[in-house]
Amino acid sequence: MKEVFFKIESNELIAKNTYEMVLSGDTQEITATGQFVNIKLDGFFLRRPISVCHAEEGRLVLIYKVVGEGTELMADLEPGRSLSVLTGLGNGYDLEVSGEAPVLIGGGAGIPPMYGLCEALIERLKPENIKVVLGFNTEDEIFYLSKFVELGVDVRVATADGSVGTKGFVTDVLKDLDYTYFYTCGPMPMFKAIEKVAKTSGQYSFEERMGCGFGACMGCSMTMADGSYKRVCKEGPVFRREEILWK
Amino acid sequence: MIKGGFACGPEGCKIYEAPDTSVDLLGIRLDNPVIPASGTFGFGKEFKDLYDINCLGTFSFKGTTLEPRFGNPTPRIAETPNGMINAVGLQNPGVIAVRDKELPEMKEFFHKPVMANVSGFAIDEYQKTVELLSGQDQIGWFEVNISCPNVHGGGMAFGTDANMAQKVTEAVKKVADKPVIMKLSPNVTDITEIAKACEAGGADGISLINTLLGMRIDLRTKKPVIANTMGGFSGSAILPVALRMVYQVYNTVNLPIIGMGGVSRARDVIEMMLAGATAVGVGAANLTDPFASKKIVEELPEVMEKYGISSLKDIIGAGH
Repeated sequence: MKEVFFKIESNELIAKNTYEMVLSGDTQEITATGQFVNIKLDGFFLRRPISVCHAEEGRLVLIYKVVGEGTELMADLEPGRSLSVLTGLGNGYDLEVSGEAPVLIGGGAGIPPMYGLCEALIERLKPENIKVVLGFNTEDEIFYLSKFVELGVDVRVATADGSVGTKGFVTDVLKDLDYTYFYTCGPMPMFKAIEKVAKTSGQYSFEERMGCGFGACMGCSMTMADGSYKRVCKEGPVFRREEILWK
Repeated sequence: MIKGGFACGPEGCKIYEAPDTSVDLLGIRLDNPVIPASGTFGFGKEFKDLYDINCLGTFSFKGTTLEPRFGNPTPRIAETPNGMINAVGLQNPGVIAVRDKELPEMKEFFHKPVMANVSGFAIDEYQKTVELLSGQDQIGWFEVNISCPNVHGGGMAFGTDANMAQKVTEAVKKVADKPVIMKLSPNVTDITEIAKACEAGGADGISLINTLLGMRIDLRTKKPVIANTMGGFSGSAILPVALRMVYQVYNTVNLPIIGMGGVSRARDVIEMMLAGATAVGVGAANLTDPFASKKIVEELPEVMEKYGISSLKDIIGAGH
């Protein structure tokens, strides 16, 4: 972990309530896909944890949904502003175990880290072997669809209202797919639905209200299947299917 | 940072000394009064890779109980204007693991006496926990938490009843091989009564304040943000309340005080000491800025210089 001051290069609305923020600054501490950063906002005591969508040398892309007062303020930030960011937080996805043809499942605000993961996986696997299932509520919430398509992977979409792709949820697509492993990020109801239909092992990225984001406050602990506890911010946010205790 | 040396001007050169940040806490010299507060610094592990934590006066480790505890359900955290609420509920690995695993590990990276924060749900639990930690060279003081607002049937119940506070103090004093500092709850009508009871029970020092009981309600779900409904309110918003209570307790008992609550800058440390604190805890600030305690240590000499303070020892209680 490191505190880095990033400069906002752009901050634009890309779908309903959804913004893409491009930052320039030192990204060296970001070493795995699925990690997150924690952003200090003027006037707010706690930082805002946001998952990394894309990171390269000197450039960081975050996608966030406006859900409360903090993200409302973020949406109003102008390019040129400097932000204090704690970078390289948490453990990311383990790519080694993907097999030949993994599926990536993203729901709503859980989609951004799937993009970075997809970029990392196409370095090692045939893009056409990688399946991506994206879930949205409505057409106006859809973002990054064309960017996934550009990576050459097999992309499927589900919308709750049926306006685009399969009508229903990501699991309505997932149940008919074959894959060697799954990776997912999204809301808890989606996780529980995936848990019912998933045919292989996989990894889930969790979300929790955090105090510090680096393991000091014990605010985001969860009990694991073996009875131990783990911190979403430190040992997570990514956990293997087998170690999770579903409540 | 300001160091001693020569200063030359039109009137010639003179030798000046670096401001003295050291204080004495119950027979142990601290290089400076800055002490990360229990529950915001774990066992030091999350901070040791960020900076050399030996720059601190000391730190108070995560509240330890007789048995391991997972703590409360999540969400455990809520935000407030200039502060936060937590309801962690004393998650800790238990005293045996702390003694046999955490302390030996800590020895590798922290070379000063550490403050052992302990909590319990019954008087004999407090006593047993302290007893199990006695004889550990690394421990410089016991900080006995009778003020946790996040656990039922214990914690704060002892800190909101003068008679119970005295009994816990007496029980712990019987077995402790190091000075005993009682950590008080602000959630009382009269903080001085509890402080007096601890003094009567034989306490060597007082630390205050623990968090204030608070809550938030989510407008979207129309339900409390925190799963446990209420939690402990901390952060810079509570500094005036903490200062007031330190000031009152300084007037009432003849014991050294560790003042804490909302301290996030070097000037807050000085304000706390003027109110009567011998040493100063830094809590929630460590969570929003992991370098907060280090920055405070580094800023202290400069702020002392600015306000004409040559030694921090001279200003303890000077606000009275």
